[in-house]
Amino acid sequence: MEVLAHLAGNGKTVRVDYFALLKEQRGLASEKLQTNSSTVLELYEELQGRYGFSLKHSSIAVALNDEFADWSEKLSESDKVVFIPPVAGG
Amino acid sequence: MFSLSSKPIDADALKSLVNTQQAGAYVAFEGWVRDHNEGRQVTGLEYEAYEALAVKEGNKILEEAQKFSILKAHCVHRTGALKIGDMAVMVVVSSAHRKEAFVACEFIINEIKKRVPIWKRETYADGSTSWVNCAHGHKTAHGAKS
Repeated sequence: MEVLAHLAGNGKTVRVDYFALLKEQRGLASEKLQTNSSTVLELYEELQGRYGFSLKHSSIAVALNDEFADWSEKLSESDKVVFIPPVAGG
Repeated sequence: MFSLSSKPIDADALKSLVNTQQAGAYVAFEGWVRDHNEGRQVTGLEYEAYEALAVKEGNKILEEAQKFSILKAHCVHRTGALKIGDMAVMVVVSSAHRKEAFVACEFIINEIKKRVPIWKRETYADGSTSWVNCAHGHKTAHGAKS
């Protein structure tokens, strides 16, 4: 289904990197995946549904191509997305 | 400059980076790994960073600290596995007079803790682990301080 959507022009391939709790819950640090999600929020919800991430989107931040981004930001082909759990440096 | 280091922080080397003849004051902050947090006995911890964004955001904070009219500021944050007593982060600031250096140093460490994508996983005496600030079942650690 994802492949068909891709051919129809809606799908795109993005890279997602995971850190900390999300990396633990996903079981890997980085993946390339095909998605029909149009925004970073939709992508998080899609992945949360698939992998059962415990963190709500409202408690985390998101980066698009190594810059902090709004949840409404649109996804483009080859984008790098990183979901940022609550930070705890220092 | 803000940087990440997988090796122990060299405090003297960092101090020398802010040493200038215009400086009349030097303030440093060292964050150490302590043996307890939120009432639990901590035996060790691990820092993980999203390097590209952490370095970018860390440098942005150091630039913002220029509003306090300081001369120089640097910060190094550790990544990887740390033991109790290890230095986790160091901020160094120089300025003409002490007040600016004190204020800027506190601003920098506060902002780093708030904004820089670095995560901390604590290991406890009973062998369990938890990502600090990430609600996770019964091991929840809200607003952990260090």
